[in-house]
Amino acid sequence: MNTIGWPNYRSLNQEGIVFAIAVVLFVAAAIGLPGFIDPNNLVAIVRSVSVLGILALGMAVVIIGRGIDLSAVAIMAMSVAWYLQLLNSGTPDGLAFAYVLAGVLAIGLLNGFLVAYADVPAIFVTLATGSFVFGYVRSQLITQDAVPVPQGHWVELLGGLRFLDVPIEVFVFAGLAFLFFLFLRYTKWGRYIYFAGDNPVAARNIGIPVRPMLVLRYVLSALVALVAGLLTAASLHSINTRVVNSTLLYDIVLVAVIGGIGLSGGRGGVRNVLVGAALIGILLNAMTIIDIPLLYQNLIKAAILLGAIIVDGIINPRDEQTAQQGDI
Amino acid sequence: MSFRERLQSWRYNLVPDHVVGEILTKRWTDNAIPFLALVATLATFGSIIPGFFKLTALQESTRQLGEFSMVVTGMTVVMLGGGIDLSVGSIFALSCFSAVYVFFILEQSIWLALAASLATGLIFGAINGYLVGYLRLRAFLTTLVTFIFGRALFDILVTTYAADVQLSTATSDVLDFIGDSTFWGLSVSVWLAIILAIVTHIALTRSRPGWHVLAVGGSRRSAHNAGIRVRRTVFMTYVFSGFCASIGGFLIACRLSGAGPGTGLNLEIMALTAAVVGGVSLGGGRGSVIKGLMGAIIVLTMTNGLIRLGYGTGTNQMVLGIMLAVAVTIDIRWLKNRHKVLNEVYVAPVYLRMGETQSAAPGSGTPYELDNRLSAADHIGLGELEGPEDVILDRDDNLYCGTRHGEIVRFFAPDYVKSEVFAHIGGFPLGLAFDKSGNLISCVGAMGLYSVSPDREVKRLSAETSRSWTSIVDDARLRDPNDCDIAPDGRIYFTDSTKRYDAHDWALDSIENRATGRLLVYEPKDGSTKTLLDGYRYTNGVCMAHDGKSLFFAESWACRVHRYWLEGPKAGTAECVIRDMPGYPDNINRASDGNYWMAWLGMRTPSFDLSLRHPDMRKRMTRRLPQDEWLFPNINTGGVVKFNEKGGIVEAMGDLTGGAHPMVTSMREHKGYLFVGGILNNRIGRYKISGADPNWTSPASYWGAKP
Repeated sequence: MNTIGWPNYRSLNQEGIVFAIAVVLFVAAAIGLPGFIDPNNLVAIVRSVSVLGILALGMAVVIIGRGIDLSAVAIMAMSVAWYLQLLNSGTPDGLAFAYVLAGVLAIGLLNGFLVAYADVPAIFVTLATGSFVFGYVRSQLITQDAVPVPQGHWVELLGGLRFLDVPIEVFVFAGLAFLFFLFLRYTKWGRYIYFAGDNPVAARNIGIPVRPMLVLRYVLSALVALVAGLLTAASLHSINTRVVNSTLLYDIVLVAVIGGIGLSGGRGGVRNVLVGAALIGILLNAMTIIDIPLLYQNLIKAAILLGAIIVDGIINPRDEQTAQQGDI
Repeated sequence: MSFRERLQSWRYNLVPDHVVGEILTKRWTDNAIPFLALVATLATFGSIIPGFFKLTALQESTRQLGEFSMVVTGMTVVMLGGGIDLSVGSIFALSCFSAVYVFFILEQSIWLALAASLATGLIFGAINGYLVGYLRLRAFLTTLVTFIFGRALFDILVTTYAADVQLSTATSDVLDFIGDSTFWGLSVSVWLAIILAIVTHIALTRSRPGWHVLAVGGSRRSAHNAGIRVRRTVFMTYVFSGFCASIGGFLIACRLSGAGPGTGLNLEIMALTAAVVGGVSLGGGRGSVIKGLMGAIIVLTMTNGLIRLGYGTGTNQMVLGIMLAVAVTIDIRWLKNRHKVLNEVYVAPVYLRMGETQSAAPGSGTPYELDNRLSAADHIGLGELEGPEDVILDRDDNLYCGTRHGEIVRFFAPDYVKSEVFAHIGGFPLGLAFDKSGNLISCVGAMGLYSVSPDREVKRLSAETSRSWTSIVDDARLRDPNDCDIAPDGRIYFTDSTKRYDAHDWALDSIENRATGRLLVYEPKDGSTKTLLDGYRYTNGVCMAHDGKSLFFAESWACRVHRYWLEGPKAGTAECVIRDMPGYPDNINRASDGNYWMAWLGMRTPSFDLSLRHPDMRKRMTRRLPQDEWLFPNINTGGVVKFNEKGGIVEAMGDLTGGAHPMVTSMREHKGYLFVGGILNNRIGRYKISGADPNWTSPASYWGAKP
């Protein structure tokens, strides 16, 4: 028996395949594309997937626990947009951050509560709350699509930080990945997530607090989204709320699923996120260098995601006899 | 009667509490919430937006409604089949573009544009259906991805061809007609939406493929095991959804004469919200096209109303998010808790003060005095039988009884050791009677009145009577047919004990004590069933009087026996002949000496009699205590009572040891012996009656000597 948490033989296969594809792509791009192997470009690749990777970490924790969080991008963009709007209208920094943190926690708790205690499927809850968060903040709290970072604010300074010529978000990504690794692998609560994701009923029967742990996951995912949002604002010096309507959300799912985190829960870990992020980062960078228009990039990403889901469906097939009613 | 009791009797006997529970059993209560939401939405926006109901404004919004409701109809069908289709927005947009491309750029006829539109939708739907149905991927994520894919494709196509469409000069009267005209006051899109909705509704409720969709959505596994082609059915729902979305797309192409980046944007979440708000259940099986349409009107009124009220960007998403979250939560909670609520409120006890009774205790000196005589009875079929509610013997002395397993068992004369299954009926046979030509007539619990011919052919005689005008639960259905007897003219008189509970829930009926028992008659000439009397507390045994001019029937929970007159001056009326007995009467049968045997299924207890005067206590009991801690009527002691034509008690006997016949539901005299059955017993007793006519048999008493 494999230890739970380490990828088992089959998903190791998938992870291995994805990793191999990433390496092959990397080599091919290094040979075929001018400027790909340049250290600056490599840093750019890592940087470009940092935010995506951070969001994917939050998503991974939720998916491992047999859920999904479709409100992540809305929380990411709208919380930071509200934060910056508060700052721009003169609210003291501490108070503004407290508001936003409270708001983010509230949405995370709401997601968790509805999923855990009202038994509503996660996809519907998070789809609804995502829509609500976007709509509420956009219509009630901010005045335009993009909100700039105030001059000289710490978020702006954060964006300029470099360590060994590598932007700060790469280190944040690395640090968070390590923390999540420790959490999932070595803490009791982290292990609970696997048990609950693998078989929620059995987990509950042996006395694991399945419902509070569910709430915890959605709160965690919301907080991770806030961090990702702050980093995005730091590097761009503003936050554009239109990102909610972009395909970023699906890129996050793509990173998690393609890395080998099964949507039926209980499988995968931080390493899968890193592999998925590597592949997507290389792919996006290569497509940008080849100069494929953004619209076509979306098409290609959608096709890859579709392929990944089909593969996931074949590797973890559903059985007519055991498929849960209403499990859509 | 004390003031408290008077208040209680008014409160519980006059306030129709039971109606709440009966309404909750109705499927249409599912529709009530969305319908109220619809009315509330229309009323709110109608009153705050000036000119909301003006014809011109309505026409524009109904055009949009026509397109939207088609998409929702498709979504509804997919959801009924247990799936979800988030790609409807993409299909809608792509179909719109196909029509625009064929018509404006290729400059082909409008019909070709329609064909292109439909083809786009069908192909896209087939892809979804293949992935979700045949590859069994998760519907939500899969259609989410095909949605992104379609959207990306549409964005590319629109940016590429937008200018060409602008420059095109193609026009068509048909296009203008579809896009702008009205027909009998309604726009073409609304007409099409109505037609589509009607056809879909009929297909879902009246055709085999529609039933298959509902079956798959209701229980995928059971549908699979029942041999329904689950995968193909799921596949077809997505194709249908694609078809619906493509018609919508074609219509908007006609209306706007073009396609833009905003076409079909947010349509998927709107359609999903509409379906869920309308009350189409997530996970499938429950919902209807009408519900989807109600949801469509609510959602569109909300979003359009908010735009017209001048709320800014994002308000729509906010409101949709709230509506979706609330509707999904209500749907899940309702589905989960409805039967709990129903269990809680269905039992609605009434007040009854039972009359003082004479004691049945040994040595009390009353005619009801019970003894131990029945414990001396021989046993027949001990351990082989489960639940011989009624027993009967034929002209050849063979013994018949019903069993809990849905069979009528025959024991062969003379020693009643050998037995066989005489007929399998499927429900619990209760009362038994032989008619003139030797058919065995049986009241089958929860099923109806059945006849078994001597060569074992089972035939249903009646399962319903006419429905009363004021009933909420279907009181045409026979829920607890209990005992029957046959008049000399061949009419079958039988009882249906309660309208509110199925046969196996008779104990709940005793706690509720509501008078809903009936006496019915089956007319063999034309096969009709008529209700003769209504409003008794658990009508039970029926027995034709020896002269065939009247019949006796027992009213169990009131401990009374009534006489119903078939002929004579009192024909058609009933009178109470025995009242306030100490036991609950069950079946009644003829005795050889011109009297009648009556079974007591249990004995009254002071505690339960007292509880009948406290309906509030019984109500609390049924809501707060587990069922095995409830106070029930005592059915651990019963007996057999003989009474005469006038209702006087002749004698009573019992088994106070409780060893052989603690409760008795039936007894039949035959050639000097009394055969005793009990619905909870595992045997039939045979008791030698001292001084009885050793030649008397029941078939002869009813139908004369052997022909």
